[in-house]
Amino acid sequence: MLGKSAGGLYWMFRYLERSENLARLLEAGFRIALTRSTAATSEWQSVIATAGVTSGFESRHGEYNAANVVDYMLRDRENTSSVRYVTEQARTNARLVRTALTREVWEATNECWMVLNQALQRPIRERDLPEVLALIKQQSTLVRGTLYGTMLRNDIYNFARLGTFIERADNTARILDVKYYVLLPSLSHIGSSLDNVQWETILRSLSANRSYRWLNGEDINPSGIADFLILDRSMPRSLAHCVQEILSNLNNLSAQYGERKPCHDCVDKIFETLDQRTIDSILASGLHEFLKNFIYGMGELSSQIEQDYRFYS
Amino acid sequence: MGDGKNDYDEMFGGDGTVRDAYREYHNWIDAEDPAQLLKKSAEAETFFRRTGITFNVYGDSQNTERLIPFDVVPRILSSREWSRLARGIEQRVRAINAFLHDIYHRQEIIRAGRVPERLISENSAFEPKMIGVSPPGGVYTHIVGIDLVRTGDNEFFVLEDNARTPSGVSYMLENRETMLQMFPELFSKIPVQSVSDYPKALRRALARSAPSVCSGRPVIAVLTPGIHNSAYFEHSFLADQMGAELVEGHDLRVIDGRVAMRTTKGYEPIDVIYRRVDDEFLDPLNFNPDSILGVPGIMDVYRAGGITLANAPGTGIADDKAIYSYMPEIVHFYTGETPILKNVETWRCSEPDSLAYVLDNLEHLVVKEVHGSGGYGMLIGPTASKREIARFRKLLKAKPGNYIAQPTLALSTVPILTKAGLAPRHVDLRPFVLVSPDSIDITPGGLTRVALKKGSLVVNSSQGGGTKDTWVLDD
Repeated sequence: MLGKSAGGLYWMFRYLERSENLARLLEAGFRIALTRSTAATSEWQSVIATAGVTSGFESRHGEYNAANVVDYMLRDRENTSSVRYVTEQARTNARLVRTALTREVWEATNECWMVLNQALQRPIRERDLPEVLALIKQQSTLVRGTLYGTMLRNDIYNFARLGTFIERADNTARILDVKYYVLLPSLSHIGSSLDNVQWETILRSLSANRSYRWLNGEDINPSGIADFLILDRSMPRSLAHCVQEILSNLNNLSAQYGERKPCHDCVDKIFETLDQRTIDSILASGLHEFLKNFIYGMGELSSQIEQDYRFYS
Repeated sequence: MGDGKNDYDEMFGGDGTVRDAYREYHNWIDAEDPAQLLKKSAEAETFFRRTGITFNVYGDSQNTERLIPFDVVPRILSSREWSRLARGIEQRVRAINAFLHDIYHRQEIIRAGRVPERLISENSAFEPKMIGVSPPGGVYTHIVGIDLVRTGDNEFFVLEDNARTPSGVSYMLENRETMLQMFPELFSKIPVQSVSDYPKALRRALARSAPSVCSGRPVIAVLTPGIHNSAYFEHSFLADQMGAELVEGHDLRVIDGRVAMRTTKGYEPIDVIYRRVDDEFLDPLNFNPDSILGVPGIMDVYRAGGITLANAPGTGIADDKAIYSYMPEIVHFYTGETPILKNVETWRCSEPDSLAYVLDNLEHLVVKEVHGSGGYGMLIGPTASKREIARFRKLLKAKPGNYIAQPTLALSTVPILTKAGLAPRHVDLRPFVLVSPDSIDITPGGLTRVALKKGSLVVNSSQGGGTKDTWVLDD
C-alpha cells in the first residue's frame, strides 16, 4: 500500500469525523441558546474555542450569536474547520485514495459532499438548522456504514479507523478541556441550575446524554460525567474507548507488517495514562493538566504514525 | 455538409427505413414512452455524478468538475461492419509499431525514400533518447486509440491515430455500465458484444510487456499527473479496475537501477508503468527540467531495461499530423498489404503545390495544426467567418509547414434523444486497441463521441460534445 494512500485514508476519515463532531457541537450550543438565552453568548464562545478557531472567528465577526457562529462553522470557506471545508477535504482525500476504497465507500463519500454542498449553498435559517445538522451527521454515518459493511479488514481499514478515533479522541478531549472547570467539584456551585445546563451540554455535544442516563439514572454529577467521558470503555466517544481502538488498529498493523514502530510505544504510553486509573486520581492531579497532556500526546502520536508509515516522505 | 439532408444517418436510410443493425432497437424505442425515456436520461446524469465520472476544466477558477453529456440512444454496428474495421485497425496498429521500431533503429523507410528524412529529424515528436532503445517485448504502443469517421455504408476513414496516451476508455466502460443499469431489458433482447473485459485485457497486455528483471507477478502502476488533471477520474478508474497502484511522480524514486514506489513498508520496485504523463514531463533529468510530475532518472532505468513504460517515450512520431498523410505508405511498407482503412485525403501545406491549392479553397477545407489536439487551432472552412479565414490565410503563409488541410467530410449521424424526439447528430468513433508482445486485442466498439449541437461537426468534450454507448451486435 502506498504511503500516500495511507495518509489519504487517515485524513479522509479524520475529516469525516470532524464534520460530524462539529454538527454535534453546534446542536448542543443551539439548544442552550434556545433554552437559556442568558448563557448563549458564553456558550457560543465555547463552541468556537472547542473548534480551535477563536481568532479566525473574531476576525470575521464582531458578535457571538447563533447566526454568526452557525454560518462560520458550517459554511465559511475561509474557515478551514467549517463543515463545508472539511467535507470538501474528505472527498478530495477519497478521490486521492479512490483505488483503496470500495465503490460503496467512494459513492457514499461523494454523495456526502454533493448533498452537503447543496444544503450549505445558502445561509441556514434558524428553523432549518436542526434538519441540516441531522443531515451532516447522517451523511458521515452513511460513509462509516459502507466502510464497516464493505471493506476488507486489512491495513486500509486500519488507517481509516486510526483517522476516525484519533480525531474523535481529540474532539472529546477538547470539549472537556473547554469546560473542565464546570467538572471540578471544588469550584462548581454544586447543583446550581447553570451547572446542570453545562453538564448536560457536555453530554449532548458528545451524543452521550441518553447513554449516561442509562448507566447512572438521573444522578448527573461532574465526576460521574468525567468518569463516563474519560474512562468508560463502553462509551464510544470516551477517551478510553478511542485509545483502545487506536491501540488495536495499530496492533493489527504491526501484526500484518511484522514490525513494531515508534508509534506503538507512543500509544502504549497514552494507554497507561488511562488504564487502571480512577477518576478521583485524575481529578486530584488536575483535570486541565491531564487533558492538556492527552491532547498533546494525540498530536505526537499522529505525527509519529505519519512518519512511521511514510504518508509524505 | 451540416444541413442534415444528405448526411449518412446510421439508423435511418434515405427513405426513412430503419437499417438492419438498428431494427430491433428501433422496435423497442418506438414502443417506449418518450417522457419515460427523457426521465431515464436525467437519471443517467445523476448516476454519473454519484459515481464521480467527471472531468476537471482547466483554467476554471472554481476548479469545477463537469460531466460529459451522455445520450441514451446507442450507436450500433453489425458484427460484419465491425470485423472489417477491426481487421483494418489491427493492420494499422501493427504498422505503427513496426514504424516506431524502424524509426528508432535502422530507418529503412527513410532509406527507401517513402518518408522524407526531414519529417522525422525536424519533428519535435521524434525522441532522440529513444534511438537504439528496444522496449521490453518490442512493444512501443501498448494502448492505442484510432479515431474513425464514417461517411457512408462501407465508408470509414481514419481521422487520427492516438499513439501517445489516448483517453476516453473509462467512458466507454461506464457508458455501458449505465446502459445496463437503465435498460437491462434491452440487453436481454438484443445480443451485444461485451466490453467489460477491457481492464483485464489491459492488465494482461501490461503484464506481458514486463521487463526481464521482473520476477514473479509483475507490479503494475498507473502514473497520473494528479488529482487536478482533467482525466484523473480515468486514471483512478483504470488503476482501480486493474488492481494496480495509482501513483504520482512524488511517490516514486529510482533506487538501485529500479523505479520504486513509497509504500507503508518502505520502497518497493515497480515493473510496469502505465503512464498518463506526457513524454516531456516524464523525467526532469532527461526532458523538461522543470517538471514536478515525473521521476528523476526514470529514463535511464528505462534505457537499461529496468522498467516498462507504456506507452514508450517518443511514440508521438507515429501519430503526428504531418506523418498521418504518409500512413497508407507506412502500412504498405511494413505489412506488404493494401491498407484496409482509408486515410482522409490530406494536403501537406509544406508542399508548395498543396499550399497553393489550400489557399485557393480555404472555405471548403478543414485546416489543422500539425501539433494541435482537442479541436483547438483548427479552421473549419465552410462554417468559418471571413475574418477567421483571413486569419488562417496569414498563418498558413507565415508557417505553411505547421499545417495540413483536409476536405470537410460529411460525417455520419446517429439520432440522439431530444425533447422533440429523435434528432440526427454527427458522430465519430474511437476504438481502443491493446498491444502485447504476442497479440493485438481490440475491444468491440469503442467510444462514440457526438456533437450535441445541431449541424455541428465538433465532437470534443471540451467543446460541447457528448458520448454514446457503442454496440457491436453479436449477430
